[in-house]
Amino acid sequence: MQDKLNAIEKAALESLESVKDQAALDAWRVAHVGRSSPLMQVFAELGKLSKEERPVVGQAANKVKVALEAALAERTEAVKAAALAKALEEEQLDVTLPGRTVNVGHLHPSTQQLRRVLAILADMGFQVYTSREVETDEMNFQMLNFPPHHPAREMQDSFYVEAGERGDNPILMRTHTSPGQIRAMREYAATNPSDPPAIRIALPGMCFRYEQVTTRSEMQFNQVEGLVVGKGITFADLKGTIADFAQRMFGQGARTRFRASYFPFTEPSAEVDAECFVCGGKGCQVCKNSGWLEILGCGMVHPVVLQNGGYDPTIYSGFAWGMGPERQLMLRYKINDIRYFWGNDVRFLSQF
Amino acid sequence: MKLPISWLKDFIDVSDLSVEDIARKLTLAGMEVDEIHYVGLAMPDYSKGEKHEFKTTGISWQKDKLVVAEIREVMPHPNADRLTLCDLYDGSEQHTVLTGAPNIFHLKGMGKLDKPLKVAWAKEGSTLYDGHAEGLVLTTLKRTKIRGVESYSMVCSEKELGISEEHDGIILLADDAPAGMSLVDYMGDAVLDISILPNMARNANVIGLARELSAMTGRPLKKPTIQYATSGESIEGKVSIEITNPELNPRFVLGLIRNVTIQPSPYQVQRRLRLAGVRPINNIVDATNYAMLELGEPLHAFDYDVLVERVAQIDNLRHDIKIITRNAADGEKLTTLDGNTRTLTASNVLVCDEKGSLSLAGVMGGAESEVYDASKEVLDATGVEAKAGEVTTGKASTRSVNTTNILLEGAAWNFINIRRTAKQHNLPSEASFRFSRGVHPALAEMGVRRGLQLMAEWSGGAIAPGLVDNYPLPPKEAVVDITPKEVKRLLGIELSAQKIAELLGHLEFECSIYGEIVTVKTPPHRLDIGEGVIGVADVLEEVARSYGYDRIPETRISDPLPPQVGNPIHEWEERARDILVSLGIQEVVTYRMTSPEREGRLVSFDDYTRIANPITPERTTLRRSLVASVLEIVEKNARAESLSLFEVGPIFEPRKNDVPNEPRKLAIVMTGRRLASAWDVKDSPAMDFFDLKGRIELLLAGLRYIDVSYVPTDSVSYLHPGKAAEVKVNGQVIGVFGELHPLVKEKYEVGDKPVLVADFDLDALRAASPAYGIVPVAEFPPVFEDIAVIVDESVPAARVEALIKQTGGKGVSAVSLFDVYRDEKIGTGKKSLAYNLTYQAADKTLTDAEAAAIRNKIVKRLEQELGAKLRG
Repeated sequence: MQDKLNAIEKAALESLESVKDQAALDAWRVAHVGRSSPLMQVFAELGKLSKEERPVVGQAANKVKVALEAALAERTEAVKAAALAKALEEEQLDVTLPGRTVNVGHLHPSTQQLRRVLAILADMGFQVYTSREVETDEMNFQMLNFPPHHPAREMQDSFYVEAGERGDNPILMRTHTSPGQIRAMREYAATNPSDPPAIRIALPGMCFRYEQVTTRSEMQFNQVEGLVVGKGITFADLKGTIADFAQRMFGQGARTRFRASYFPFTEPSAEVDAECFVCGGKGCQVCKNSGWLEILGCGMVHPVVLQNGGYDPTIYSGFAWGMGPERQLMLRYKINDIRYFWGNDVRFLSQF
Repeated sequence: MKLPISWLKDFIDVSDLSVEDIARKLTLAGMEVDEIHYVGLAMPDYSKGEKHEFKTTGISWQKDKLVVAEIREVMPHPNADRLTLCDLYDGSEQHTVLTGAPNIFHLKGMGKLDKPLKVAWAKEGSTLYDGHAEGLVLTTLKRTKIRGVESYSMVCSEKELGISEEHDGIILLADDAPAGMSLVDYMGDAVLDISILPNMARNANVIGLARELSAMTGRPLKKPTIQYATSGESIEGKVSIEITNPELNPRFVLGLIRNVTIQPSPYQVQRRLRLAGVRPINNIVDATNYAMLELGEPLHAFDYDVLVERVAQIDNLRHDIKIITRNAADGEKLTTLDGNTRTLTASNVLVCDEKGSLSLAGVMGGAESEVYDASKEVLDATGVEAKAGEVTTGKASTRSVNTTNILLEGAAWNFINIRRTAKQHNLPSEASFRFSRGVHPALAEMGVRRGLQLMAEWSGGAIAPGLVDNYPLPPKEAVVDITPKEVKRLLGIELSAQKIAELLGHLEFECSIYGEIVTVKTPPHRLDIGEGVIGVADVLEEVARSYGYDRIPETRISDPLPPQVGNPIHEWEERARDILVSLGIQEVVTYRMTSPEREGRLVSFDDYTRIANPITPERTTLRRSLVASVLEIVEKNARAESLSLFEVGPIFEPRKNDVPNEPRKLAIVMTGRRLASAWDVKDSPAMDFFDLKGRIELLLAGLRYIDVSYVPTDSVSYLHPGKAAEVKVNGQVIGVFGELHPLVKEKYEVGDKPVLVADFDLDALRAASPAYGIVPVAEFPPVFEDIAVIVDESVPAARVEALIKQTGGKGVSAVSLFDVYRDEKIGTGKKSLAYNLTYQAADKTLTDAEAAAIRNKIVKRLEQELGAKLRG
């Protein structure tokens, strides 16, 4: 009997050597360890053996079974590994083919820049305040301390709107977001005229100047202003706030300098330069070799403007500053043609 | 304003400061230096990594190579008629220098000169501009032979030294120029190009800038002393002045100088004028310009004898001149010295004599009278810059032979009026630049005296004693009280009353201190200080500038944070933008200005908000249709294979005699292929109505609108009547969308694919209440089933779906149309709609029998209400 079992084991193991794939493995299993395999026949016929022989043959047959199953498992692993190796070798992609894309929308770069600015200001406690784009001369100029025919108006040539005879108060496209200062102050002051609340707002929006459209000048552009009004607001606070803002906007360590300047609606007024973030002050095309980039105009809110907004300038003080998102983008991305912004060529827009 | 550093040094000692130091101090104090133009002085060496601070141009003169020298004799060149050889002495050695300069040619062969000519001499190896090249080309002087004579050095023209474009002759320096002295030490210069702010008109002159620098550095200002000898008869009684409108002409001053000899000004004067951007003409015109640049008061010189003659023409017994200033008559004509005849209006002011008008006050001289000959072409100072191109020195000198007696005008004018006049007649000039920004009347007298002094110095004339001065309206003297408390409150710095007074004193404010109050009197050269709270702000700015903006600390706001109110409208729009972008739609931002013709391709309106002064006929009105604007962008990008664009912004609805309404709109335009072509994507189908609708559904879902319905419409003129829908949210129409009408599409160059457009009223949409609840995620397994029903073509899919949902109630959690099918078997005029139904209960697992019961109910309902048949 033992000879028979040895023969069964030998034949099975020999046959297993030629097994190369899953199908052959399955067939082998049926033939050698399946129900009607010679080995199983031995088990089936155990009952016919004597009481003494039965455990001996049973044990011997079991040993063969364990050996065959182990060999099968080993062979199965080998076949799998070979199949995988073959598959991996055959499934080679040209990884340099372009990837499959989806249609992607982008925010207009001006919107993106406005968001950057407003997000920083929001962190600093500035609420967004928006107001109309077509304004009266009174709101755009007179309330902001630009009397009619004042030379400072030359800095802001305007588009006027036909609106019948309105004397010294024609209607125009706002030249800056500053009329919103008056509107906001009046709105806030109306909530408690005898003791108006403090203000900390950001005023974004489209502005218009009477300028030919060229690579460097546009007839419409965005502006963002910051306005702070309160009972203890100082020029030193203005400097600190601008420095904080510049650190966030242009990077930690961004150096700024304050230059005295003139705006009718602020006094003292200043323009702020940041050290050129392209060349770090060494001199380049972007800063025209000056090492500095003009980034914003600012100042203490003029007493006349506070008064016009319903805030007593002997009690309240404030500061305001204004900047241009498109200019910031032009500097940051070395855009040398401002017409790209409203040209809306998707080949430009999709780069942001 | 162009400021030569050498001129600045007449009034303040800045010898220990570099040009950059000076430029920096001025810039930080509000006199922004746009450019430093070097004309000899050493430029900073950027090659060593030094940081740039200013835009820099020009040339530095090598100290050892360029020196003052003297020509002792001009000799003929042996082989060239047009060249000369100069015997030159450089302070230690003799040299022979070859030149072709025409301005010493006449001295050729005259032997040893009585008075040597002082010149700028460049040695071998000097780097200079090439005088013969177009533009500015640097070249290095090399030893060479010209027509057989060895040459290794040269006498220089202004062009070669970078002083001006002048290359007609060599520079002839003043007789006292020391031979052997390095040229850079003798006259090396740099010019600061400074932007003058509207409130700093007082600094559009050398003294103004020196005064500022004195305040910023604490150095004394060397104020000019204007003293001169007078002789002959006094001016008094010879000239009178009548001012008819003191508001417009607060002061008018005249001085007289006799027996001037008109000739070129001394070289250094000419050089300074050139560097300051003013063309030298002759000693008289130059004196008016020089005094203006130095003090800020524009002057006007008349030929006195011509004016006397004009009086004699009226009454030959008279020779007293009467100058009258008056408003022009409406329609009055004046030929200005640029040769243009101008029609004046009543707001223009004229300077006249009894015979007629002489000049447009403060703006430009006139050509009507004979003074035109003498004072316009030769002697007018106010228009020098405007006419510089026309006046030749030769012409000037022939005429000037006759001019011996000069009447010199210095006046004050209302700056707003001058500004309007200069703008009205488009006459910018050095004079109108200053007068239109405000020149203090106190300067009129100082200007005339300085002008007379310079004329006497440069022309040998004799100044008549006295001035005629009519000063009917001195400006109100602004006095402001300021306290350390105010300084602390507004600037955030602690300054004592004494310190405040000291800082303001540097700018020539007169301060007196009473306890804690500093009473500040405005100096008589500035008009920019107001009264009351305005005056306080004006003076505080001067305190801050004098103290130095850079010294004021940076602090954080100590005021408590105000109420945080947010901006729901802005935030909501930003959310909508984010969703649109996430749906693959690109944002655009277009011009607010368009024209009825441009928008008319899409839609026309009865009325528009019109621009009164359009800059181009293309943009004359404010947009009324956002879709029209976005369509134009689609046209511009027509080459793109696929476009999905949106814009959020206002349109403008006109209101009579008032600002327009500015409702907020959203426009979406889509056209082109659904998928971009790629190596594995070929001929993707064109986007249609449902591509746009799907995005609208997702947008509205993203904004959390649940109750949304779509109603067919054929009433939007620019949409295809069968492919257009109104969108209702909570029963309210908030927008329309659909395919562009074929006839409208023809008007746009947008390719052959359908163009899909949407126009939403954001104000209405925002007003609709969103639903913030969620549908809980089901816990029990669903049962899925497909059913197909055959209905008449006229039955909208939305109706079938609504009935299924309504009948299924809570037992049906989802209904989704997956097929629309038509064929003969179904029958003509019929369609089959196939749905995936999801049966689900919130509280248990549905059995097949329960699901079937719901299904049967639904089918029955559809049969009853729509005559639908279940498809087998």
